[in-house]
Amino acid sequence: MTVDARPGTEAVTVTTTVNGRADSRQVPARTLLVHLLREELGLTATTVGCDTSSCGACTVLLDGRSVKSCTLLAAQADGADVRTAEGLADGDRLHPVQEAFREHHALQCGFCTPGMVLAVVSLLDENPGPLTEHDVRRALVGNLCRCTGYHNIVRAVLALDAARQAG
Amino acid sequence: MIPASVRYHRAADLAEALELRRAYGDLLRPLAGGQSLLPALKLRRDRVDTLLDLGRIGELSYVAHRGDHLAVGALTRYQRLLTDPLVDRYAPMLATAAAAVGDPQVRHAGTVGGALAQADPAADLPLALVALDAAVVLASTAGTREVPAAELAVGPGATLCRPDELVTEVRVPLPGPARWSYRTFARPALEWSLVAVAVADGRVALAGMGPTIRRARGVEAALADGAGAAAAAARADEDCDPVDDVRASAAYRRHLSRVLVARALADCSPEVRP
Repeated sequence: MTVDARPGTEAVTVTTTVNGRADSRQVPARTLLVHLLREELGLTATTVGCDTSSCGACTVLLDGRSVKSCTLLAAQADGADVRTAEGLADGDRLHPVQEAFREHHALQCGFCTPGMVLAVVSLLDENPGPLTEHDVRRALVGNLCRCTGYHNIVRAVLALDAARQAG
Repeated sequence: MIPASVRYHRAADLAEALELRRAYGDLLRPLAGGQSLLPALKLRRDRVDTLLDLGRIGELSYVAHRGDHLAVGALTRYQRLLTDPLVDRYAPMLATAAAAVGDPQVRHAGTVGGALAQADPAADLPLALVALDAAVVLASTAGTREVPAAELAVGPGATLCRPDELVTEVRVPLPGPARWSYRTFARPALEWSLVAVAVADGRVALAGMGPTIRRARGVEAALADGAGAAAAAARADEDCDPVDDVRASAAYRRHLSRVLVARALADCSPEVRP
């Protein structure tokens, strides 16, 4: 058995669909998903806050489910559909979650907002509700905001849920 | 922070993964959801030659009812345990334990098998599996073997899993406990449990009270002898060896274990009996 025969490579080809656009490129295996998005694709809405899987600023959707892109290898996203905050609005029309955040003033500095919005998109997709305030706070435990005190964020989510319950 | 240079190979299926484990053993580090391994690699607390990514082995992501046990595939994500109707019906403690793990983002990526292989002494799901007397299936190219969940971990981060094996499934015996409780105490919200307790009829298991998750034999013996919940809970930290660290003193962890066991037994009142 020669060393060279062992499996694996230091460069990997990562093929993804990011915000509806197909992409394929070779990156070092150690590349994190957030670095593929920010540095390779120039999609800088996704921010790196704590870089330790705590703050949720780097949250993106992987096949529709929220994940922390600082704690996934780009290689793990190979073949997946990735959505970032850049991919939410339809032209000039904000995504309903973005619109609710604007309406309820659910952001101040905006650093956590892309991750927060995507965590909410995932929550509303997974949980048909109706949601209680406790449900919303529990679901956003992995997204830290140092400006708003969370109250307006929770209000925005509850308003979205109430609207869809009303049909 | 990024991990040190590393090689990467994604296994196409279980057969390929087991063949590579047989041929290369510990040169390959299995990567499931990566929610524990990647932080360790980023902080350079762990070094890996080659990652063997198991994340796309779809055949290991399932929950199945098989008469005398509920089977959960090793690559089943935590989040599925929160919503799976079979888990809800046959082993609801697994959903409660999974809900205590991290946050939705972590639960969308982290896996049952990964949690077991990490052998963290404060891990939630392995604690529930010990209390439920579950078995862990280890597979190699030579076949499979079952190990009791309580015996899988031999120390922090160390298990009985051989370099040629992979965790492929857990089996929760049925019927499940008539009474059960799961109690955890953590601070701050996202931190690992300081101490957690799971009670399933007469079995009482503790996390965070030593190098591995363990049964609280003193409590179980007291219950078997007819002791009340308070008297039994007073024996919670017998034969335990909790760490004394920046998050909590050993004495505080001992205190927590007695309080949590008392509350968990109260949840199960009238007093659980083996």
